[in-house]
Amino acid sequence: MSILEESFSGIHKKLHNKELKVSELVDASFSRIKEVDDKVQAFLTLNEEAARNQAAKMDEAMGTGNTRGLLFGLPAGIKDNIVTNGLRTTAASQLLANFDPVHNATVMDGLEEADALTIGKLNMDEFAMGSSNENSGFYSARNPWNTDYVPGGSSGGAAASVAAGEVSFSLGSDTGGSIRQPASYCGVVGLKPTYGRVSRYGLIAFASSLDQIGPLTKNVEDNALVLGQIAGHDRRDSTSADVGISDYLSSLTGDVKGMKIAVPKEYLGEGVHEGVRNRVLEALKVLEQQGAEWEEVSLPHSQYAVAAYYLLASSEASANLARFDGVRYGVRAENADNLIDMYKETRSQGFGDEVKRRIMLGTFALSSGYYDAYYKKAQKVRTLIKRDFDQILEKYDVIVGPTAPTTAFKIGEKVNDPLTMYANDILTIPVNLAGVPAISVPCGFSEGLPVGLQIISRPFEESTVYRAAHAYEQAAGHYKAKPEL
Amino acid sequence: MKFDTVIGLEVHAELKTDTKIFCNCSTEFGAPANTHTCPVCLGHPGVLPVLNQRAVEYAMKASLALNCEIAGETKFDRKNYFYPDSPKAYQISQFDKPIGENGSLEIEVDGYKKNIGITRIHMEEDAGKLTHDEYDDHSLVDFNRVGTPLIEIVSEPDIETPEEAYAYLEKLKAVLQYTEVSDCKMEEGSLRCDANISLKPAGQEEFGTKTELKNLNSFTNVHKGLAYEEKRQEQELLSGGEILQETRRWDDAKKETTLMRVKEGSDDYRYFPEPDLVTLYVNEDWKSSIKATIPELPDARRERYMEEFDLPAYDAGVLTQSKNMADFFQETIDEGADAKQAANWLMGDVNGYLNSHDMELADTELTPSSLAKLVTLIDKGTISSKIAKTVFTDLMEQGGDPEQIVQDKGLVQISDEGELKQIVDKILENNPQSIEDYKNGKDKAIGFLVGQVMKETKGKANPQMVNKLIMEGMGMDA
Ligand SMILES: [Zn+2]
Repeated sequence: MSILEESFSGIHKKLHNKELKVSELVDASFSRIKEVDDKVQAFLTLNEEAARNQAAKMDEAMGTGNTRGLLFGLPAGIKDNIVTNGLRTTAASQLLANFDPVHNATVMDGLEEADALTIGKLNMDEFAMGSSNENSGFYSARNPWNTDYVPGGSSGGAAASVAAGEVSFSLGSDTGGSIRQPASYCGVVGLKPTYGRVSRYGLIAFASSLDQIGPLTKNVEDNALVLGQIAGHDRRDSTSADVGISDYLSSLTGDVKGMKIAVPKEYLGEGVHEGVRNRVLEALKVLEQQGAEWEEVSLPHSQYAVAAYYLLASSEASANLARFDGVRYGVRAENADNLIDMYKETRSQGFGDEVKRRIMLGTFALSSGYYDAYYKKAQKVRTLIKRDFDQILEKYDVIVGPTAPTTAFKIGEKVNDPLTMYANDILTIPVNLAGVPAISVPCGFSEGLPVGLQIISRPFEESTVYRAAHAYEQAAGHYKAKPEL
Repeated sequence: MKFDTVIGLEVHAELKTDTKIFCNCSTEFGAPANTHTCPVCLGHPGVLPVLNQRAVEYAMKASLALNCEIAGETKFDRKNYFYPDSPKAYQISQFDKPIGENGSLEIEVDGYKKNIGITRIHMEEDAGKLTHDEYDDHSLVDFNRVGTPLIEIVSEPDIETPEEAYAYLEKLKAVLQYTEVSDCKMEEGSLRCDANISLKPAGQEEFGTKTELKNLNSFTNVHKGLAYEEKRQEQELLSGGEILQETRRWDDAKKETTLMRVKEGSDDYRYFPEPDLVTLYVNEDWKSSIKATIPELPDARRERYMEEFDLPAYDAGVLTQSKNMADFFQETIDEGADAKQAANWLMGDVNGYLNSHDMELADTELTPSSLAKLVTLIDKGTISSKIAKTVFTDLMEQGGDPEQIVQDKGLVQISDEGELKQIVDKILENNPQSIEDYKNGKDKAIGFLVGQVMKETKGKANPQMVNKLIMEGMGMDA
């Protein structure tokens, strides 16, 4: 077994006992990448030299009794829409193929302080727009469980790299399911924190009112450890909340006795594959056996969530992506005749089809004469959806259902059908619109591909999400399964 | 046919905060290009704006001083447009919930007073600066200015003449300077004005089609541009033509407005709420603490000067038009000068000097204390008013202590009657013709004789005394 498949506590025990060096960990990470990444294609850029130098320094410091961060020596992969000072950051877009940031995302400062090591930048759908990773401007990441299948998206590389044992953990971003859906497809644990829990400073914005950075790991405990290092108020992000961070680890009690679980009937109804539904029902049984109680409820407005989401997210994206104009950075089209021509050529050549589709959709939705019918109406729907969640979470501790209606699909299967692709996010999108925290934990397999269980709770109650997820995970044990590559 | 003129003004004023509205970069004017920039104001990927509280407070202060209602809940919006001076390709501005609304400003033109309504005051960020002249095939952009906090002050279409527009701008500038929220330097671009003007048949309710005037880089040009446009539209309408909704540029060299572009419908900036900033709530406490910082405004100070120093309304108006002048006047009096004299000096010689040299009071070496001393020297008769003018030029250009200058240059007035009489007698003796002329009714002759005495004394003779002695010398009653 690769050392990277061990939990953080296992690795730290070995480091502490001097059975393992940080440079060996980093070595294991790069060896694994060399071994499998031509199949998985999770990485866009590697940070090999810097990571190895850093590891050597950490090994030296090991003897001196310096205090160590909670993520000491752990190899991390970073989704490529999180800016890393001096390390190429492309958001998987050809337009940014040459972009080396001069600043660091706040989460990167958090990881640095915790002594984690950045191994490289991870593949994704261009500007986080997609559910399959097929919209990467470079190449598609693949599902480690079957490389003919998509890893999900947009944080496909982040989920695949953890599942393939290339890194100890990764950071992804979730706007409409972009952490949870690939976590579900690849059989790893992925958390979308409450909106405002983690600073968005340095996250290349797709939809500012929905985007959140979160960790992807092999188990819940590791996930809680990473969140503790990246969460918190940030003066550089006005939308980050000034709410104290809980001790997430101490919430992993294994005790869910009396926990009240709501299961929305919309989450097990039409469109949800039988294999997925069965795994989720089995998971509910496991939780029941541990003393939790569940009831069926309804989220009546969730049927409008996908439509509202694509209007709001695309509207925000149309403005957020306007700065990529070839004037100050990025790849500028050559031989333009004039300014307008330079804008047009740069953006036509630099952006992929899905990005263009959403910019056009958003531009249209914000245009005068259409604003009220689309953007404003979608905001109203969002309020109703949030109310649905608030009302249920007043009475229940968590909402549980599948993360995605299906398991991973074949590469190319849906690429020409954007509407079916969008519908794939039907169970994750409402969570972003409501701004609440949610996790996807592995809950078994259907036809050889992983299924994810989604657990949702109240704003800033990541600890409740973790408690339920951890109790289930430890009882069911599905997280231990590893793909053969 | 007679027409009514309808004018509305949009004024942008830069707030004089130390740092930009959404990042910590300096707002200093005139630094080398692109040195006051950071990833945030350059619109790099992933950056976020953080609102400068000081900018909000300055905007509130200006709004309160202009009698606006302050929004209890206000927010920012994105105004989308592509141009290289806008790094994010959207400007963070305020669309439907501006910080201030429903204000007013009282102006006075040719003796009548009038209130001009202020529709709204909103906050926004300034754009960068483009230079097109240096190269043939490309333009340069300087992002130092990008993100400088601005307020846009939109007037109601209450202005009816170019003179009222001028008076409105003068008054607005005074209020912004008194409240110390803006430098209002048009030449540095910290105050900018666009004007809308339309004509309608006299008495008609409905407005005519308006044109928008740009490149109005001084108040005088606003006046000239509007006067030109008023006439142009009138002629066009009288000759049966039609006014198009146009943006026109004031050409100061040709003294005319020229067409920039015809507007078709309104521009679609696709405004939507800025999701990177949160709603801004202004409670009563905050509002009153800002209100408490508003100093005495120009109107109040003018009233006070009329009462306290017995100044005519006109004089008090001139002295209080700019805060610098009003403060200078006040301090000169505090330094012991006679108010009337100080007012005359400031309105006359000082303003004349500033106008002819195109300078600001702060750019000269004159201080309230030196002006007060100068006035006192005249009062005491130590120097003549004429000599005082040469000392004044020294004070403006080199500064220093007037008493010292008078000493060093030997400019003390000769008021010794015996000494002066000797000189007068000599002059009279040498100019019998002038005495004859005077006696024959040529009053001018006396001026010549005084001039001769002054020449002899290098201007130091006490003029009243010289006059008296000449009259006596000619055997006339003084
Ligand atoms: Zn800056």
